[in-house]
Amino acid sequence: MALQDVCGLHNSPLFPQWSAPLSRSFMPENSTHLSGGGIHGEAFSTRLPGRGGLSPLEFYMPIAEYLTESPINFGQTSLTSAPTKLLEIDHLHPSLPSISLPPPTPFPVSPSVPLPFTLSHGTTTLGFAFQGGVIAAADTRSSCSGLVACPASPKVLPIHSHLVGTTSGTSADCALWKRILARELRLYQLRHHRRLSTGGAAKLLSHMLHPFKGTELCVAATLCGWDGDDEKHEQPITEKHANTPTNQMTASNSIVRSRSRICGPRVIYVCSDGLRLQGELFSVGSGSPYAYSILDSSVYWGMSVQEATEVAREAVYRATYRDAYSGNNVDLYHVTAKGWRRRERENLKEEYYREKERERRVIAY
Amino acid sequence: GSLMMISARAFGDNAQMKEHHYTGPVEHKFSPYAFNGGTVLAVAGEDFALVASDTRLSEGYGIHSRDSPKCYKLTDTTVIGCSGFHGDCLTLTKIIEARLKMYKHSNNKNMTSGAIAAMLSTILYGKRFFPYYVYNIIGGLDEEGRGAVYSFDPVGSYQRDTYKAGGSASAMLQPLLDNQIGFKNMENVEQVPLTLEKAVQLVKDVFISAAERDVYTGDALKICIITKEGVREEIMPLRKD
Repeated sequence: MALQDVCGLHNSPLFPQWSAPLSRSFMPENSTHLSGGGIHGEAFSTRLPGRGGLSPLEFYMPIAEYLTESPINFGQTSLTSAPTKLLEIDHLHPSLPSISLPPPTPFPVSPSVPLPFTLSHGTTTLGFAFQGGVIAAADTRSSCSGLVACPASPKVLPIHSHLVGTTSGTSADCALWKRILARELRLYQLRHHRRLSTGGAAKLLSHMLHPFKGTELCVAATLCGWDGDDEKHEQPITEKHANTPTNQMTASNSIVRSRSRICGPRVIYVCSDGLRLQGELFSVGSGSPYAYSILDSSVYWGMSVQEATEVAREAVYRATYRDAYSGNNVDLYHVTAKGWRRRERENLKEEYYREKERERRVIAY
Repeated sequence: GSLMMISARAFGDNAQMKEHHYTGPVEHKFSPYAFNGGTVLAVAGEDFALVASDTRLSEGYGIHSRDSPKCYKLTDTTVIGCSGFHGDCLTLTKIIEARLKMYKHSNNKNMTSGAIAAMLSTILYGKRFFPYYVYNIIGGLDEEGRGAVYSFDPVGSYQRDTYKAGGSASAMLQPLLDNQIGFKNMENVEQVPLTLEKAVQLVKDVFISAAERDVYTGDALKICIITKEGVREEIMPLRKD
């Protein structure tokens, strides 16, 4: 039934006996379902126990010709587009053990449907690591080419107890992919009895986004997390790192040793273009140049939690001051060995008035 | 400015009429979307929720129907308002209702508002590359009986709000709601919680204003009031011009 196909009834894992295997003959001619389920899913599940071969999310990919050639001919000339054949769902992608990816699209730059609306964009987000953990901060304005679609959208999303991700780009893409990532990490945790590291999570997200490279998906996330099994491993590390500014030589050795133990704060930038970078400080979004100016001058490894919070807040504030697409409030999360802690959302409107007041007093004297 | 320049250029050096510039024949690609207008609004209170919509269905310069409300009742505690492209609204609500039935049959209970919102987000994102051109707002009661409003963008990004306007007049209504319900940008004002009577009156006033200034909004207003007793409807006429 058409409605069953669209609702995903055949993919429901609860009642496998209800669903007929997905075969080519069931699919309507002019569309194609990009799913890893069905016959190939079954083949997959015998090789890879656990997932059952389902793709992260079933996507409907419109075929180009359907959109350039109208079913009703008004004498339009058809645009020359690369001929697309039906997707070759035959070859499988065993790139990742825990999930099966949809096969790569044969039309890398698909002429997608011309949308009559714009999607939300524009932001300032930042994340940096220091001796006391990781700070992730962002503004809360979600704009849709000129209109503020939402003045209070959360851009720092917790993924699990020790990992938060900042989101920049299209809000729907970021929200959904974070949700998919959280689900995959939870499954990993249940199967392997330990949390996946930040680096692993970043690699997973990057690989999940890879099949959509070239499409209009836009996700630029900074994953900020704390890796480590339990608290007693963290104690010696924080002491060593606190010594960093005083003794560079021995400190760098200790840093190398602690990095190889894969423990401690971690900040990794993942982008839908395929970029995946590890670093100590990242700022993403239209307001990032302004945030960088504050962060580059004030962030250092040995700073205290209080200082780090101040700097992050100031950086977002300065960015909202100058960037039209950032504004409203600032959200701040602090990730330590004990997990993430959220600072009360602060409305920056008050801060503008406070600053004007300070300026007025300075000029008066 | 520009109008004067065109008329000055109409007379060239020899004071003879020059041809006006025009872009030439424009080829319109077939668009699978249409814009059918309409405005939807939802407000959440302490123990109630309201979902209101106008009932005009238009396309271009014409009105298809004056009695096409955009609120759809999903369960006894949830109502969804969909505006945008009417074809996609109908299909989307059909899919949501089918999924609700599937859930009821496999889990032997109705879906909660939060669950419906999360499910709608994945349904919308499944068509990320050929989106449903629908602006959705879900209004209902959460598990604790408090009012909840969930607002969506066409591709599935959503969050819980206290109030939200969507559709053609949303840009006009949202600032008014920010001020009256959110008490934004008001100094020294006592923030009393919203009662049901006050909320209904506010919604009526807000739609009357929207019908004045937005051509796609008008004809009649339908308000669905969701309380623990169930869903009640109220209809009020609006400008028909």
